[in-house]
Amino acid sequence: MRPTTPAPTAGLDAELRLTRGDFTLDVALSARPGEIIALLGPNGAGKSSALRALAGLVPLTGGHVRVDGADETTTAVEHRPIGMVFQDYLLFEHLSALDNVAFGPRCQGSSRAEARSRAAELLDHMDLAAHAHSRPRQLSGGQAQRVALARALAVRPRLLLLDEPMAALDASTRIDVRARLRHLLEDFDGVTVLVTHDPLDAMVLADRIAVVESGRVVQRGAPAEVARRPRTSYVARLVGLNLFQGRGEGETVALDSAPGKDGADEVARVTPREPYEGPALVAFPPRAVALYPEHPHGSTRNVWRLTVEGIERFGDQVRVHLTGPLSLAADITPAALAELGLSRGDTVWAGVKATEVECYPG
Amino acid sequence: MTAQTPDRSRRRPRTPVPRGRVRRPRAGRVPWILVVPAVAGVLFLVLPFAGMLVRAPWPTMGARVTDPAVLAALWLSLSTATVATVVSLLLGVPLAWLLARTEFPGRRFVRALVTVPLVIPPVVGGVALLLVLGRNGLVGQYLDAWFGLTLPFTPAAVVIAQVFVAMPFLVISVEGALRGADRRYEEAAATLGADRVTVFTRVTLPMVLPGIGAGAVLCWARALGEFGATITFAGNFPGTTQTMPLAVYMAMQRDPEAAIVLSLVLLLVSLVVLATLRERWVNAS
Repeated sequence: MRPTTPAPTAGLDAELRLTRGDFTLDVALSARPGEIIALLGPNGAGKSSALRALAGLVPLTGGHVRVDGADETTTAVEHRPIGMVFQDYLLFEHLSALDNVAFGPRCQGSSRAEARSRAAELLDHMDLAAHAHSRPRQLSGGQAQRVALARALAVRPRLLLLDEPMAALDASTRIDVRARLRHLLEDFDGVTVLVTHDPLDAMVLADRIAVVESGRVVQRGAPAEVARRPRTSYVARLVGLNLFQGRGEGETVALDSAPGKDGADEVARVTPREPYEGPALVAFPPRAVALYPEHPHGSTRNVWRLTVEGIERFGDQVRVHLTGPLSLAADITPAALAELGLSRGDTVWAGVKATEVECYPG
Repeated sequence: MTAQTPDRSRRRPRTPVPRGRVRRPRAGRVPWILVVPAVAGVLFLVLPFAGMLVRAPWPTMGARVTDPAVLAALWLSLSTATVATVVSLLLGVPLAWLLARTEFPGRRFVRALVTVPLVIPPVVGGVALLLVLGRNGLVGQYLDAWFGLTLPFTPAAVVIAQVFVAMPFLVISVEGALRGADRRYEEAAATLGADRVTVFTRVTLPMVLPGIGAGAVLCWARALGEFGATITFAGNFPGTTQTMPLAVYMAMQRDPEAAIVLSLVLLLVSLVVLATLRERWVNAS
């Protein structure tokens, strides 16, 4: 008997392949009803294309889209069981908020009265009853986002698609709007796929994250898992960790030397929290790195002599970029920086406690 | 030499300087080589109207304007231009949509064909219409034989001539508006379950309404001024096919003062209509 994973009948089962010029997208997604999946990735990675392919706005060159067991691969956009929230919300300017939300039900054949009462109900649920008769341009960013969500939900979709739902908002309102969106999405019983380039959106809003780079999924997992154990340098940068590839040799991990860097003759070694054998990834946060003017004495297991490559402000800390047998970032206080008197080109000792170093299969 | 070097920190001298000696940055001066032709251009466009106002027979104006023949021509012009605009909207907006939103073989060729009436002399258009829709024309003979319809020299022919000449203005204007409209709104409507007809009527049309309005005004103004194709295809029968431009031309032969009156009426009507519509859009957008 061959081991096969049965395709889930409820929820989303999609394999999205499309080629445009020299860009290829090949992304598989599956989710149970009620789950929220985030496609996280840099601009141009293909995450928006994947979302548009799910909506049917761009044709697939291969693969399939199944929603609740029904094959929707070749279904026209207007007949798919989807709701979509676009990046700038794209509310119809010539219609009130209420009529924007009633648009979908009207298209599905509801009477004007039915459509309006459904729209009013949804707006009420989103605390927008007072703005039902406002024009889109009179709404704040957060309100427009909720109207767009209400409009998408009004057609009773089984698959809700959100394209960069936070991108059109200014930074000061994001925290509130994000928390509120999370709350509203929890009530939805279908599958939600959202696209974002902001790791915070993905962490807060999603149950699971798929990181997309160059048209491929490079990492999948729960937000906490992705934040703790990044698999690519892009993800590591997003979640703010130093990441290295290497080979576990018991107590220590021998790092693959970064190509083109000096010190390739010297193999850097890292001692992680627990012994490990085989191909490994090693990660630790910049704030776990301590800097010393002299070789430190004491219990710190990982100590390297490194050169300062750059110094920048990072919140209320200072981030020091170091290079040598390995390249890493260290966050120290401005006071510590002043005490060390560091500038570009200086050498310094960097130490990391083994308990701070996460090691996982590479 | 050094004394004449402009001092940037003292561009505005504190002490009053006699007029004409104030040093201005060179970029601020408008070059006369552009100003002179521009002023000449404005004069050229405005002077004829001024001349018309000066020579107008003001004492008899009231009686002449209310002359039944003048009113008949005015009514014919306004009604045919309006009907022609409505026909152009009904045919031209879908045509513009097809040109802007679909790909079909020969689309570029069709687009070029649509613009032909813009560039050919209207008289030639009138001749072409007569050859096709005239009593012995390619299509006209069947209209006559099967339905007993003869188009030439009827008010319908006036409308046809005006549509032929004026519709391209509408099509070009609406096509431009459609190409400039954000198509993502149409995608949003599609994700909400709207088929293409619904997307067109409920999303696209409201979005390009200003463009359609601008095109309709251009079209109406062009139809109101139509002369060549009308006189060739519809003839010049007072009360039936003699529109205002034709009446002006005929009056010029025998009674120049009457021509001035008719011209002023036409000028006034066009200005009033354009000003009202323009005001509306400026406020709307």
